[in-house]
Amino acid sequence: MAHPSELNVNRREVIAGAGACAAVAAAPLPAGAQRSRVETPVLTQVSFNVNGQLHTLEIDTRTTLLDALREHLHLTGTKKGCDHGQCGACTVLVDGRRINSCLTLAVMHQGDTVTTIEGLGTPDNLHPMQAAFIKHDGYQCGYCTPGQICSGVAVLDEIKAGIPSHVTADLTGSVQLSEAEIRERMSGNICRCGAYSNIVEAMTEVAEKQG
Amino acid sequence: MRSFTYERANTPGEAAAAVARTPGARFIAGGTNLLDLMKLQIETPTHLVDVNGLKLDTIEPAPEGGLRIGALVRNTDLAADERVRRDYAVLSRALLAGASGQLRNRATTAGNLLQRTRCPYFYDTAQPCNKRQPGSGCSALDGVSRQLGIVGVSDACIATNPSDMAVAMRVLDATVETVKPGGVSRTIPIAEFHRLPGDTPHVETALEAGELIIAVTLPPPLGGRQIYRKVRDRASYAFALVSVAAVIHQDGTGRVALGGVAHKPWRIEAAEADLPRGPKVVTEQLLADAKPTHDNAFKRPLVERTLGAVISQARN
Ligand SMILES: Cc1cc2nc3c(=O)[nH]c(=O)nc-3n(C[C@H](O)[C@H](O)[C@H](O)COP(=O)(O)OP(=O)(O)OC[C@H]3O[C@@H](n4cnc5c(N)ncnc54)[C@H](O)[C@@H]3O)c2cc1C
Ligand code: SF4
Repeated sequence: MAHPSELNVNRREVIAGAGACAAVAAAPLPAGAQRSRVETPVLTQVSFNVNGQLHTLEIDTRTTLLDALREHLHLTGTKKGCDHGQCGACTVLVDGRRINSCLTLAVMHQGDTVTTIEGLGTPDNLHPMQAAFIKHDGYQCGYCTPGQICSGVAVLDEIKAGIPSHVTADLTGSVQLSEAEIRERMSGNICRCGAYSNIVEAMTEVAEKQG
Repeated sequence: MRSFTYERANTPGEAAAAVARTPGARFIAGGTNLLDLMKLQIETPTHLVDVNGLKLDTIEPAPEGGLRIGALVRNTDLAADERVRRDYAVLSRALLAGASGQLRNRATTAGNLLQRTRCPYFYDTAQPCNKRQPGSGCSALDGVSRQLGIVGVSDACIATNPSDMAVAMRVLDATVETVKPGGVSRTIPIAEFHRLPGDTPHVETALEAGELIIAVTLPPPLGGRQIYRKVRDRASYAFALVSVAAVIHQDGTGRVALGGVAHKPWRIEAAEADLPRGPKVVTEQLLADAKPTHDNAFKRPLVERTLGAVISQARN
């Protein structure tokens, strides 16, 4: 049997190869799409801090923050799910706030501070939210998990900061932690395996420990 | 995605001039709608002007007693602002009912107003769509139209405006402040900002090419019970089938605007005098000219019942 890391490499090469084929044998363009503009990539430079390290990249302007993290910085913890802001797998923290890294361009983040799942904790030194996800089985396949954890960390901060949600009963009062608040605030992170109730338990435990 | 050049603008005048100067140029704010559409090649800008550095991200008291909201204020920050929560609760509620926490952290006030329809055929580049490709036809008329508009529709397009925020802005009578490429600024009442489809559904707002939104101003607080009720297929993270934004006073008078039914937030001021008489008469007037399809005829009773629920919520 092939070693897992070999499999990884193979899979990546296959994907890269398939992409190249598609680009050569350009399929007929759908109605509405603009035809035959010469596709010269426009390169530009951008610098931002990722997980405590400053990076300067020379990238195609089209590169999303997600692709910059995964393909250029090889931080593959952040996942590409739908690539349209619908699933939340690509959630990262930018200047402390959670966003979908697939719906923002890397060039728009000059000077920003980005935290990915790799920056929250390490296998030897887990972030409390990572530890709680393991303890409560907050995942099955694990694909959405980095996004869930980044979102989970940010949600607890948002509740602490008093940012209201759709289920906050009184807009002028303070915001209280509750299962309903967690579920509403986590609705932008889809889990195909349906680990939701365990994710709520993990987040509740971290919130209670934080006090 | 088509390739494009990119620049960061430093002043509103510079941004407007940059878009006017370059054919095919567009502003980019949060990017949550524009990039989504660029990936599908529904939008194919040749040049992007990033407006995030324009310092239009504050909420200030307006001279006439309202609030002036910078175009770049994020949806999260607008919804969480203490003054908005206290005096314009319908706006906070509408924002919080939209999208997800991640998206609201990026989405801006101006970008939200300009988000494009969620009509499935607009998104499907293999299908005719007058909005995406003028003159190609409307696939929704004989297609799946459950989500689409019932009032103010035309033979060319029956799409809805998907913004929750805009419905609240309409019930509050906000004004949109812009600057044109030549540097001239103007204010556009929200009622005149979004257009009905007519035979030019691709023209969605009153904005001219290169015209930049710099702020949205709310008039002085209206008081009353302020409610936003959104009916959707999931309890969270779904676009409205129907929504009601309302400001209702103790004597039962007030204002109401509908989302999910038209190409713009739907409000008929003359119908509001009948609010104390209950939802039926008001709905009859609001939807007098409705032309629902087979698929979306359910929206008429849904509007009436949602409005009824809002009116009784306001009494308690
Ligand atoms: C999965 C998903 C679910 C969503 N659900 C909801 C929902 O339930 N309810 C809801 O209301 N919305 C929803 N949205 C839409 C979301 O609210 C919009 O994408 C967002 O508000 C757009 O703001 P933005 O700043 O990111 O705009 P951008 O994408 O940056 O821009 C949008 C448009 O506005 C133009 N523009 C931006 N700023 C200016 C300016 N200052 N002057 C002139 N033009 C400007 C751009 O050129 C572009 O054409 C959802 C989006 C996604 C992806
Ligand atoms: S309803 Fe409007 S947006 Fe939808 S297919 Fe018809 S023209 Fe296009």
